[in-house]
Amino acid sequence: MDQVIYLDNNATTAVAPEVLEVMLPYYQKSYGNPSSMHTFGGSLAHDIARAREQVASLFAAQTSEIVFTSCGTESDNAALRGVLEAYPEKRHLITTRVEHPAVLNLAKHLEQHGYQVTYLPVDMQGRLDLDHLRAAIRPDTAVVSIMYANNETGTVFPVTQIGQIVKERGSVFHCDAVQAAGKLSLDTRSIPADLISISGHKLHAPKGVGALYIRRGTRFVPFIIGGHQEHGRRGGTENVAGIVGLGRACELARTSREQEGSRQAALRDRLEARVLERISEVQVNGDRDHRLPNTTNISFSYIEGEAILLKLNERNICASSGSACTSGSLEPSHVLRAMGVPFTAIHGSVRFSFSRYNTEAEVDFVLQELPGIIAELRNMSPFWARRAREEKSTCPDPLP
Amino acid sequence: MWDYSEKVKEHFTHPHNVGEVAHPDAVGEVGSLVCGDALRLSLKVDPKTDKITEAKFQTFGCGSAIASSSILTDMILGKTLAEAARITNRDIAEALGGLPREKMHCSVMGMEALEAAIANYRGEQAPAAHDEEGGEIVCKCFGVTDKKIERAVRENDLTTIEEVTNYTKAGGACASCHWKIEEIIRRVRSEMKPPQAQTECKPLTNLQRMQLVQATLDREIRPELRKDGGDLELVDVEGRTVKVRLLGMCAGCQVAGFTLRDFVGQKLREFVEPDITVEEMK
Repeated sequence: MDQVIYLDNNATTAVAPEVLEVMLPYYQKSYGNPSSMHTFGGSLAHDIARAREQVASLFAAQTSEIVFTSCGTESDNAALRGVLEAYPEKRHLITTRVEHPAVLNLAKHLEQHGYQVTYLPVDMQGRLDLDHLRAAIRPDTAVVSIMYANNETGTVFPVTQIGQIVKERGSVFHCDAVQAAGKLSLDTRSIPADLISISGHKLHAPKGVGALYIRRGTRFVPFIIGGHQEHGRRGGTENVAGIVGLGRACELARTSREQEGSRQAALRDRLEARVLERISEVQVNGDRDHRLPNTTNISFSYIEGEAILLKLNERNICASSGSACTSGSLEPSHVLRAMGVPFTAIHGSVRFSFSRYNTEAEVDFVLQELPGIIAELRNMSPFWARRAREEKSTCPDPLP
Repeated sequence: MWDYSEKVKEHFTHPHNVGEVAHPDAVGEVGSLVCGDALRLSLKVDPKTDKITEAKFQTFGCGSAIASSSILTDMILGKTLAEAARITNRDIAEALGGLPREKMHCSVMGMEALEAAIANYRGEQAPAAHDEEGGEIVCKCFGVTDKKIERAVRENDLTTIEEVTNYTKAGGACASCHWKIEEIIRRVRSEMKPPQAQTECKPLTNLQRMQLVQATLDREIRPELRKDGGDLELVDVEGRTVKVRLLGMCAGCQVAGFTLRDFVGQKLREFVEPDITVEEMK
């Protein structure tokens, strides 16, 4: 296959043609500043307003509850810092050990600045124990930040229940829904979250735009301070093209989410089932009963993830891994470690994540190539050889 | 995405000498499943000539670990054990056309497996294993001893914690041993200094001082400046005042004052005399 088979959609997605189309006029024709007094610029405020309606629809929310940002990381930072600053007397926050670095590293940073942080553990399937959450919330807990779905394993947290627990105990609930947006319902009438982060490029809008839902009545101090944009809640000239693109992408997601979800789940399940069938000593990481429809995280024992990715790359197949060698540091995935996945399995973990553009033919091509890649690398691995030797020595020769 | 050389890609895509030598004369094994990479090297050695006649590897690890193992087997084939023993991790990295800095530990693993195999052939304990018994574990995450860190610092002229991590993995995870690594770097580097700098008791004559200044500039200072496209030349030495002219990117550089005072001055005070000052000639 000459074309790239892109199965790394939890990292980023292609901009949908429908999205690109509505964005293009804002780069050369309608490049004005929405804050201007003249019609050329000022009229763009209407386009932003329309995009805000489209994004608000995804949340079943009011337009006044949507703030545009530059990315998911900014949304997370704005949410947590905005709430902490609004409750200066509260010095405790709660999150989980499997959050995205945008939340996790921010929490670690806050710890060095006088905050106490509780990191909730997860079990072998990556699930939270809600009793831990109940016990962790204190009178001085300013905010509880828990992701909707995990980017590495796809495990989905019960955010409705989590929100109820947090609200009962009088704290603020921030939900990082960057990975869930476009894949799961973000209906804020049933999810009692006070703040929800999303990012454009995970749902076929471009990179460089995100949004933060802030429920009406939530105390919030702006994170980026500047002009009056976004009703004073986020300074900075609007990324008009990006915002319009995000609006269109949210509309696409809203109208096709359920149908796409089951289509991608079928592709994912096909890949997963046949890998388990055709390749020995593999395990699926995460909670298979509560998982994003587009994600699978599979560990191939006795080999290393980067080597698998490079071999896939030679065949134009894009995936990602939780192995140490792919992380830029030497530390393997914090998510899989928090789940207690053995190191042997973490090093050989590969994540495949689908989008609306993947096809069954692509899955079948991967299935055709993958067993050979795994066998080739295992034949090179000293542990695979040792395992084979040990197996032989423990199985006595059959009697004549 | 790592920036791998063509040579690394070639050896990863088509590795040479994969497998295990039948009835090996020597086996060297380093690394573990937990660490994320491991290498098992098996050799056949001609007892008459001491030459390595067959070499094969099995590697668990990333692309550069596999490429390092593959090129190592090419490098040692046909060599005597004494010749092979002189191969360092730098030689392995160079033969691959360089490795990304963060991947230098893959070349170190190759060198250690070779040492372990040679020791195994000679019926000795592997030097790495021996060190680990004698040494103290500094990095608990990856089980790296002070001996291994000292050696990496000495042999590869390392100066920062980050470099030590790239070469040995030590300090690459929880970071709680960083202060220990820093201490080791300081200690080893002070031992590495040329003896004349520290042991000089008699005051230097002017000529000796000039020579020592020139030697220090050439050895310690100018190579560093050249890395950033800069350079300097010695104009004069008057008493304890060294006069230099900045060249290339250093001339007119906004932080030239810092370069002179904190880098050039510090090196000269370290290697020549403790009361040297530096002046820039325009």
